[in-house]
Amino acid sequence: MAEQAIEVTNLTFEYPDTEEPVLKDISFSIDYGEILGIIGPTGAGKSTLAMCVNGLVPQVINGEMEGDIKVKGMNVHESNVAAMSEHVGFVFQEPENQLSQMTIEEEIAFGMGNLGVPREEMLGRIKDALSQVSLEGFEERSPLALSGGQQQRLAIAAVLAMRPTIMIMDEPTSMLDPKGKNEVYDVLKNLKAYGMTGIIIDHEVERIAAYCDKVLVLDGGEVQMFGTTEEVFTKIDRLHELTLHAPQVTEFLSQYNQQFDGKLDLATTVKKAVEVYESANK
Amino acid sequence: MKAQTNNGEGAETMQPYMSVKNVSHVYPNGVTAVKDIDLDIYEGEVVAILGSNGSGKTTLVKHFNGLLTPTKGEITVGGLNTKKEKISKLSSLVGYVFQNPNHQTFLPSVRKELEYGCTNLKMSESEMEERVNKAIELFELEDKLEDNPFDLNSSQRKEVAMASIMAVSPKVIVLDEPTTGQDHKGCKRVLDLVRMFKEHGHIVVLITHDMHLIGELNCRTIVMNQSRKIADDQADIVFSHKGIMKEAGLQPPQITSFANDLSNLDSSKTYLTVDSILSWIKENKEKKEEAVQIGSGS
Repeated sequence: MAEQAIEVTNLTFEYPDTEEPVLKDISFSIDYGEILGIIGPTGAGKSTLAMCVNGLVPQVINGEMEGDIKVKGMNVHESNVAAMSEHVGFVFQEPENQLSQMTIEEEIAFGMGNLGVPREEMLGRIKDALSQVSLEGFEERSPLALSGGQQQRLAIAAVLAMRPTIMIMDEPTSMLDPKGKNEVYDVLKNLKAYGMTGIIIDHEVERIAAYCDKVLVLDGGEVQMFGTTEEVFTKIDRLHELTLHAPQVTEFLSQYNQQFDGKLDLATTVKKAVEVYESANK
Repeated sequence: MKAQTNNGEGAETMQPYMSVKNVSHVYPNGVTAVKDIDLDIYEGEVVAILGSNGSGKTTLVKHFNGLLTPTKGEITVGGLNTKKEKISKLSSLVGYVFQNPNHQTFLPSVRKELEYGCTNLKMSESEMEERVNKAIELFELEDKLEDNPFDLNSSQRKEVAMASIMAVSPKVIVLDEPTTGQDHKGCKRVLDLVRMFKEHGHIVVLITHDMHLIGELNCRTIVMNQSRKIADDQADIVFSHKGIMKEAGLQPPQITSFANDLSNLDSSKTYLTVDSILSWIKENKEKKEEAVQIGSGS
């Protein structure tokens, strides 16, 4: 297999003073340009897994790790978090917790400064990053004067300015109102168009189905399902066993088939579901 | 859309339990957070309040137990004017479950946490025990009573917060963002709890962004935008008003968008759940079959 953007092999991780590993023998890989959605019940180990990919676990958050994680062919264990931050950007759930500077411009410059990006190059990158998240003209404002959705877009811009190949987002929209959620997902759509590789953790399966190429289902620290979005979300019985559910349209098509003896394909987005249903019910 | 209450049957003739009359609230810094709100809430109602952050939802509900008093207008709860009553009196009528359970959990065991609200109400030992036991039973907390709430996960902590409110048993229960950050199972549990509170005779006020939750409840839904109430009607009616949805930046549940795009559904209706579409299809098929039978019989 050619080099993958992220390659995880037999990863097991245990926090100190716990009886059981939080991640058990996890293996998966994603290719350059793919977006992976990670879903699973609360406590499944989703955030821990995401933090393993940039080395935060176990380098900053301690514990015992076995197995291999390669990012762009590099072994994450042999690198450190600071060096990895050039390759892997991380956006957390609460935007306020990851902002620290007085102005938006400084906020975006902060990460680049740590990477040693020359000053003259910074200005161009700040401009690019702000335009990617539609915050042009906000350079001089305070990050704290922004709405939640704008703050999260700023956090994304600060990561983008570091020009990572891979972007990890851990429930980036769960604290946001509907407007803020849409703003952040619009940015994601853009990133995908730019060919960015990404990992998103989110409970909203409808969003995951619309934006991700692949889905990994984690439960009890184990990979329960892994495949393309279609493959995972059409195995509805398995999802239900794991106390999860498919997008509403997929649930509808599945129940329609059961109740009315139909043979509709299980689509996972509104557009495809409408096509499937309409062509069978002309 | 005109403000109206068409949820509680015969609501027009009933006295509202809670009445918000022409209320505005201006914070000391000069910001007007709610403006000219009129709102009557009746026995047995579940009311969802939707709107962007900063639209005034939380400011509005903080008036319900006197945490805030109106700058203009007045509010009565259970016949009491919130300007004239003590918060301690009002909080026995209106209970809150905050978005972050950590903000209201501080005792070393689940049992102590459940008892705390009751001790503040100065009730007899035996009545407190009865109420706490009822909450324990309903929330199935028997095994967790001696646990420290902070050893529980966030959804369990939220349930402890809800159980504490249940023990105090205020008439009105305000749930602020009950499903935020919850997994599918947690969201389902919240839905069941709202229905349970209603069955036990409580009025439930939900502040939420969760359109699936509102879709399942199809309850009375108030939309706030820029400090004002811009809609007040049953969820399916509110969700069918494209202008209001757009103004408040709201998107209906995915299944509603799907139903809107189908050509052969009853377009006069707004479908909020998977089940509602399936039952329409079923009815429609049965009607067609009947028509065929009648047709072939004649």
